[in-house]
Amino acid sequence: MALELKDVAKIAHLARLQVTDAEIPAVTQRLSTILELIEQLQAAPTDGIEPMAHPTDAVQRLRPDVVTETDRRNDYQRIAPAVEDGLYLVPKVIE
Amino acid sequence: MHDKTLNGLADALATRQVSSVELTRHFLDRIKRFDPQLNSFITVTEAQALEQAAAADTARAAGKAGRLTGVPIAHKDIFCTTGVKTSCGSKMLDNFIAPYNATVVEKMNSAGLVMLGKTNMDEFAMGSSNESSFYGPVKNPWNTAYVPGGSSGGSAAAVAARLAPAATGTDTGGSIRQPASLSGITGLKPTYGRVSRWGMIAFASSLDQAGPMAQTAEDAALLLNVMAGFDERDSTSTNIEVPDYTATLNNSLEGLRIGLPKEFFGAGLDAGVEKCVQDAIREYEKLGAKIVEISLPNTHLSIPAYYVIAPAEASSNLSRFDGVRFGYRCKSPDNLEDLYKRSRGEGFGDEVKRRILIGTYALSAGYYDAYYLKAQKVRRLIKNDFDAAFAKVDVIMGPTAPHAGFKLGEKAANPVSMYLSDIYTISVNMAGLPGLSLPAGRADGLPVGLQIIGNYFDEARLLNVAHRYQQVTDWHTQLPAAFA
Amino acid sequence: MQWETVIGLEVHVQLSTQSKIFSGSRNAFGAEPNTQASLIDLGMPGVLPVLNQDAVHKAIKFGLGINAEIAPRSVFARKNYFYPDLPKGYQISQYELPIVGKGFVDITLEDGTVKRIGVTRAHLEEDAGKSLHEDFHGQSGIDLNRAGTPLLEIVSEPDMRSAEEAVAYLKAIHSIIRYLDISDGNMAEGSMRCDCNVSVRLKGEEKFGTRREVKNVNSFRFVEKAINVEAQWQIDELESGRKIQQCTVLYDSAKNETRAMRSKEEANDYRYFPDPDLLPVEITENMINTMRATLPELPAQKIERFMGELELSEYDARVLAADRAVADYFEQVVKESGAKPKQAANWVSGDLLGALNKNDLSIEQSPVSAAQLAGLIKRIVDNTISGKIAKQVFEELWSNGGTADSIIESKGLKQETDTGAIEAIVDQVIASSPDQVAQYLAADEIKRKKLIGYFVGQIMKLSKGKANPQLVNDILAKKLI
Repeated sequence: MALELKDVAKIAHLARLQVTDAEIPAVTQRLSTILELIEQLQAAPTDGIEPMAHPTDAVQRLRPDVVTETDRRNDYQRIAPAVEDGLYLVPKVIE
Repeated sequence: MHDKTLNGLADALATRQVSSVELTRHFLDRIKRFDPQLNSFITVTEAQALEQAAAADTARAAGKAGRLTGVPIAHKDIFCTTGVKTSCGSKMLDNFIAPYNATVVEKMNSAGLVMLGKTNMDEFAMGSSNESSFYGPVKNPWNTAYVPGGSSGGSAAAVAARLAPAATGTDTGGSIRQPASLSGITGLKPTYGRVSRWGMIAFASSLDQAGPMAQTAEDAALLLNVMAGFDERDSTSTNIEVPDYTATLNNSLEGLRIGLPKEFFGAGLDAGVEKCVQDAIREYEKLGAKIVEISLPNTHLSIPAYYVIAPAEASSNLSRFDGVRFGYRCKSPDNLEDLYKRSRGEGFGDEVKRRILIGTYALSAGYYDAYYLKAQKVRRLIKNDFDAAFAKVDVIMGPTAPHAGFKLGEKAANPVSMYLSDIYTISVNMAGLPGLSLPAGRADGLPVGLQIIGNYFDEARLLNVAHRYQQVTDWHTQLPAAFA
Repeated sequence: MQWETVIGLEVHVQLSTQSKIFSGSRNAFGAEPNTQASLIDLGMPGVLPVLNQDAVHKAIKFGLGINAEIAPRSVFARKNYFYPDLPKGYQISQYELPIVGKGFVDITLEDGTVKRIGVTRAHLEEDAGKSLHEDFHGQSGIDLNRAGTPLLEIVSEPDMRSAEEAVAYLKAIHSIIRYLDISDGNMAEGSMRCDCNVSVRLKGEEKFGTRREVKNVNSFRFVEKAINVEAQWQIDELESGRKIQQCTVLYDSAKNETRAMRSKEEANDYRYFPDPDLLPVEITENMINTMRATLPELPAQKIERFMGELELSEYDARVLAADRAVADYFEQVVKESGAKPKQAANWVSGDLLGALNKNDLSIEQSPVSAAQLAGLIKRIVDNTISGKIAKQVFEELWSNGGTADSIIESKGLKQETDTGAIEAIVDQVIASSPDQVAQYLAADEIKRKKLIGYFVGQIMKLSKGKANPQLVNDILAKKLI
């Protein structure tokens, strides 16, 4: 399936990746090559086959409801790009 | 000292032939001397390593040393290490000083192993040549014009050149086995769930697994003894007892049933590689093994299915890199969207971006069933192939990669040709099985790996089978002349 | 034109676990920013979620509470979108296989009719953090303490036809979660939040109209107002020949209007897929039975028992059973006072709840405890004080605390039951009211009943309210012949 330029712009936006207009044709071409490879899947006979999400058949283990964490805000915020008064700063969020 | 295996070094420490500090200095010196040619380390933690080594010597003097106390190793830069940069080979995390240790690192520290540093890797483990690293490509010690394989290329090259006696790696589609093969070392990808993923920066969560990269199967067994085990912080970790992997290394191979999948010996396999594999199989026959021809009919679908599932999971796993709480943030963002798009656009390299885009596309409305769901069904077909095979055989053997090392830049222009170099390893991750690569000869002067695939949680047998081969061959003891 | 409003609610309930749904961080409201945000809550590289058992148990209890199917196997999925309060860039939620399947809640409308509202599903998910919009040099501040708080999202069928029905449904859900003790249901603190899907259609039309979703309405009163104002807006639009665009709107309580949100307006594509870090959740019959055994009596059963066993009116039963804490309070008062349930009910639903409402207090904050109120009613039952004096004692208890007995004692409020003393007062009143006596004696039975009030009033006044009313009546009846 051929990918169109506008598809790439759309998924780049969904993924919040800056791809400039100048880059889009080359990116589209490369992604199309990968999609061609992926297209081989369509020929596989998978009627009645259960999708496999995990390599093991195990079920989720449940954790006892216990508080195990202490406040390590200073450690964690030391590596943050922008903080003030204990808050992470980002450009204004508009609702 | 660097010509010794991990096991040999453990002996040398135990018999006080050498102290951990001396040993650590020796390897740090080798890194200083040789790594400029290889670029296998992103960070060398000299001061911390010497501290750990001194502590190890103190512990030994106090009679509190374990088997591996004081032995130096290197960690792939995908494992979080408290207070040490954990970059994952990416500009995105070039400034990321991890605030915690991965379980693997924690276990290694507890066992007294000394961390020499963090090894280079393909960015976010996405690659098969180590060329996608933000820190530049790693060179193959056997010929520095060639790639060492990837994504654990730094670990592979460091061990191959004996800049570290052993290292950790991770394997999502072949990232331990393929570089082990191309660099001429022994690498094991355990069963999914055998080693904790806590603190290992995720690429594709349902495929990622950490494992040892070492000179020998015996060394790999020693390391797996430390790495493996249940971790309550990882929901996908399996609570099955960890055997002593060294205990069964010498078991006889008499009557071992080796399956050779015909799909692993078809078109695309380099003749030199095929010869090495056939020679190795003859060695096994001499050791008493029986050869059974088998079929894994859906092997050809493993690459297309992988390139849906792995990018889909990655596209989501990598969303947390948004310039808000850690990592790279673009300069003076205009608004929130600009912050996201430029931080991610500037922080991620091309291959990572490609995979995020493919994964986003595969999960997006209208394509989910055709791509993601279809790939998950194919994944089941691949697993079913293996289940059927293991009803008939004890292990499966074949080449690890279709070729020996390729030249730097050779496959850079065409991502798909790079993807195809994982044709024999990817299906193992899809099924979640353990796989091992060991050196089994050379093609055009470059190492060739033999892959051994086992049934679920059958790592002990893989190591046993590999070890017996290494008792009768010497490929694993050879090291590149330039690094002797 | 006759319009009909169609409403479905999505209710988010924060579960009152000790720790978060996927991490060991404390789950509590009001801490300093980001002091309850651990590696996992911050979405640090390499971290992994492990599911909190109690969150699962609470979801099962809710399912049982609304007569729903509990899924033997449910799956967590990732909902992918970028937002600064969402640290991982995805929310762990449930999509195709939620933990709680179809159930229902019965609501009682004002005219007494009962309506059954379908619950489509309820699923577990993690809450997001908060964006604070105070000015940080033109930037927003992000607090991730709330990130990872366990949420149960309860999705109703579009079964409601008026704002009143929606509020009744929301109150019923509130009542159930409080009974099950799975959430404090505090809407002001965001423990219970409501999104209202509203559409309108011509009466008789079968097809639903285009809906708009009113996000995050945070009180019962605002739910009612927001739905009404939104429905009216849609009717006005349609009547002006315009079409409704599906979108998300915010309710502005100050202006009493709804308006479309500026952000998130692009068609969302959440790219749901099963979370590979979490395995399928298996719920066994055994686990369900264990949970069933811990279930308390639920509102509907309680109302039935109050009306049957305790002989309360339906109105009283509903008022008292609506909140588990109120019902418990009431039952304690009945037990400890020895009063007839109806008498205890009057005190609890009348005096107590009235005073609490007036002072904007919850039952938990009541200055008068159930034991204190029972102590007071006990003294009415044993004739130590009259009902009228009791009101005075209640006010004293409310303002200054203490026990009914100590107040009665110190203020000398004990009822006069000495026949001689009351007779003296009766004689005094009769003697000083010759006209009224004459009027009374000339009147017939019916008029006498009215006229006797004058004498009782005078006697009570002279006794400072302490004369036993029964004795006063008896003595008067004997003397006024």
